[in-house]
Amino acid sequence: MAEILAISVTGLVKTYSTRSVPSRSGAARAEGSRGPGRRGRRGSAAPSLRPAPFTEVSTTPATFAAPAGRGTPSDSRIRAVDNLSLSVPVGSVTALLGPNGAGKTTTVEICEGFRRADAGEVRILGLDPIGDAVALRPRVGVMLQAGGMYPGARAGEMLRLVAAHHRHPLDPAALLDRLGLTDSAGTPFRRLSGGQQQRLSLAMAVVGRPELVFLDEPTAGLDVAGRRTTWELIEELRTAGVTVVLTTHAMDEAERLADQVIIINRGRVVAVGSPAELTRGGAEGQLRFRAPTGLELGKLLLALPEGTTAHEGPVGHYLVQGTVDPQLLAAVTAWCAGNGVLAEDLRVEQRTLEDVFVELTGSELVS
Amino acid sequence: MTAADAFGSPSGPGPHQPAAGRGGAGLLDLRPAPAAATRARMFAAQTRLELILTLRRGESVLLTMIIPIGLLAFFTAVDVLPSGTEKSVDFLVPGVLALAVMSTAFTGQAIATGFERSYGVLKRLGATPLPRSILLAGKTAAVLAVEVIQLVLLVAVGFALGWDPAGGAGAVPSVLALLVLGTAAFSGLGLLMAGTLRAEATLAAANGVYLLLLLIGGVVFPLSKLPGWLRAIAEVLPTAALSDGLRDVLADGSGPGVRNLVVLAVWAVVTLGLAARTFRWE
Repeated sequence: MAEILAISVTGLVKTYSTRSVPSRSGAARAEGSRGPGRRGRRGSAAPSLRPAPFTEVSTTPATFAAPAGRGTPSDSRIRAVDNLSLSVPVGSVTALLGPNGAGKTTTVEICEGFRRADAGEVRILGLDPIGDAVALRPRVGVMLQAGGMYPGARAGEMLRLVAAHHRHPLDPAALLDRLGLTDSAGTPFRRLSGGQQQRLSLAMAVVGRPELVFLDEPTAGLDVAGRRTTWELIEELRTAGVTVVLTTHAMDEAERLADQVIIINRGRVVAVGSPAELTRGGAEGQLRFRAPTGLELGKLLLALPEGTTAHEGPVGHYLVQGTVDPQLLAAVTAWCAGNGVLAEDLRVEQRTLEDVFVELTGSELVS
Repeated sequence: MTAADAFGSPSGPGPHQPAAGRGGAGLLDLRPAPAAATRARMFAAQTRLELILTLRRGESVLLTMIIPIGLLAFFTAVDVLPSGTEKSVDFLVPGVLALAVMSTAFTGQAIATGFERSYGVLKRLGATPLPRSILLAGKTAAVLAVEVIQLVLLVAVGFALGWDPAGGAGAVPSVLALLVLGTAAFSGLGLLMAGTLRAEATLAAANGVYLLLLLIGGVVFPLSKLPGWLRAIAEVLPTAALSDGLRDVLADGSGPGVRNLVVLAVWAVVTLGLAARTFRWE
């Protein structure tokens, strides 16, 4: 059976005026003279105000200076998403990984139908996220990064409200129980802790029994127990056949949960693969061990596959670089044994997802 | 084969079974079973929560219940109003009814909706199967329900204070027509504000307009006490049209006045039309 795609995104482009970059608007731009301030406010809501398609299609290069006369640099446009393509198989867990401002949330919100792309094709469960919104909404669960609740509504009321929008919802009480929110069911949303708000938001995304859920930073700000609860629920969703797309800063989260990791930087996909593929690919593995100094490495190399290198770094510290597989490991230990050398502290070092990420994006993750 | 087909068989009978999670943690049936609820169920749930939240907010109860009742009781008791031969309470009840409609449909709704927009509630609900029309219908139903409570309370307090309405049962259709038109006009104004201004600006503007319309809306003293130019302005504002129309019916026993109905209808059409065109959901 051919792989069925839950999501297919091709050549996605989304630009914002620097005045209207979402969730970075507000106080910072309110300063300045009265005129620009007013325009700034109006501009900040422009993307959602203008439903007309393609008003922001830009055939101009990535960023361009505004025409002279109005040519303040702040009128140039930012490409939040720049020719991005990705696909998500049905029933998988996909993690979108990237530094702040990489375009993760913009991509997800276009897939959710909240924003309209300037260019590119997006198919969600084979449908158009805006044109087919009525058909998609029951099938897609959404967890926003923040907010989305009546501030005065109690946790239980909010979840029951969303459950009432669906025909076969989960039992809200059981779901609250599962996420450790039973004792908070009567607490107004604004008095929930950050972690409780996150878990309630997760509950609202899954209560309608969707086929596909988008989780925007589902564990940001959660404590260890909250993270574990969330991870377990996500793993169960996959077992139940639900497709999960999550954004995250947390490497361990992506490594543990994701079938597919998509690393996004500056609005582009820079790497795709399973966590194992990503950490294996590119630079190869390393084998380190300690042994008496002065081993004849030339002879060792004869026993190893072509393309493998070996060095003695600090005295008695050896480094073998190459395709680290069981055969290589066996060959090294056999050679040592044959020469009466005890290899101590033998260890295989693989790159972590974090190493890959730093190489690809040039930025450290903040979790 | 579509993605939807892929879910039909492997997930088995899931879609038509209710959630099986009653037993406690670990028993949630997470298998996909997506379908929108009926519109009636969504409408009922939405109306219920909107109503609960409105009645739970202290400032909203103050605005919609305590202030109108307080004004009615106070001005009846101190009798400062130079209303000629008629009893103060007969003059006051229609005005305070207009104020009650304004406080619920306009001030309360504008402030609540403005904050819901800024908190992302409207955006979030837009991602559920809830159609926007039902979201708005739920809000309207909650407004009407609050108005019924206000009406019952104010009429009861009015009678307790010796109110003697004119017109008898024949006045009911006229009163209902005025209240419905007034609700539409004030809702349109409130949603227009909430859908375009920032929440904090809506809060300030809605309170400011409330106070202004209380003063020049013929609520606690007649428009005839205003200077001519101000009166000319006040007469085309919805509060005065509503209080004047209600007073024509309930105090004078006449019809609601064509001009009052027209003023309210024009406000309703213009503000609802503008709100529909300009409302931003996030």
